[in-house]
Amino acid sequence: MELYDGPLDTKEIFGRWLDEEAQSNYGAYIPFVGTIRAEEDIEALSFDIYEPVLREWFDAWQEKAKGLGAAVKMAHSQGDVPIHTSSYISAVFSPKRRVALELIDAFVEDFKANAPIWKYDVKNGERIYAADRSTPMYGSGLLA
Amino acid sequence: MIKVEFLGPIGKMPMEMEASTLADVSAKLKEDSTLIQWLDKCAVALNDTMVNDLSTRLKDGDRVSILPPVCGG
Repeated sequence: MELYDGPLDTKEIFGRWLDEEAQSNYGAYIPFVGTIRAEEDIEALSFDIYEPVLREWFDAWQEKAKGLGAAVKMAHSQGDVPIHTSSYISAVFSPKRRVALELIDAFVEDFKANAPIWKYDVKNGERIYAADRSTPMYGSGLLA
Repeated sequence: MIKVEFLGPIGKMPMEMEASTLADVSAKLKEDSTLIQWLDKCAVALNDTMVNDLSTRLKDGDRVSILPPVCGG
C-alpha cells in the first residue's frame, strides 16, 4: 500500500507494479483508476487518511487475496488532488481472469465502504466534508 | 485514564477520561452536545483495531478512535 501527498503518478505506479510481478506467473492483471471529475464547481478533492487502520484493512485484503492465489495493490492520495488527476488506484493480479475480475469488484466496493479515508470538496480554497457521499463504516453507531 | 481521539471531519481535540469499558466512553461522549450529530454514524477503533462491542474492557493508556463516515477514492 502506497500513500502520496497530492495526485498519483498513475503510469509510474502501474508500470512498477507490472515490473514487480513480471516473474510471478500471474495470468491476469486488472488495474482500477479513480479520477477526480469536474462537477459542482469543485477545484479539487481533498483527503484525510487514518493510516494505522487503513493498513490493517489492507493487510486483511492481502491475506484474502493470497488465499485465492492472487495479490492486491493500492495507492491513495492525501491532501488536495486537482480535477482530472487521480487520487486512488488499485490492482489485482491472479493466475486466471475470473478470480481477478471478482476480486477487484469486491476490493474496490469494500474500499469505498470501510477504508478510513475522508473526502472533502475544495471550492474557493475551502475544504467542505462530502457528508452526503460518505458511508458509515461497519459497526457504526456503537457509542450512540 | 484513556484517550479518545476524533478523526477526519469531526474537528474536535482529543479528550482524556476515566473509563473501564466502551459503554463508559459512550456515556461520557453523550454528555457533549457537539458530538450528538456524530455518534450514531461513527465506528470505533481501540488501539487501531476496529471494535464492535460496548462491553470491551479498557485499561490505562488505551486509545479510542472515533471514525466518521468514509469516502475514499
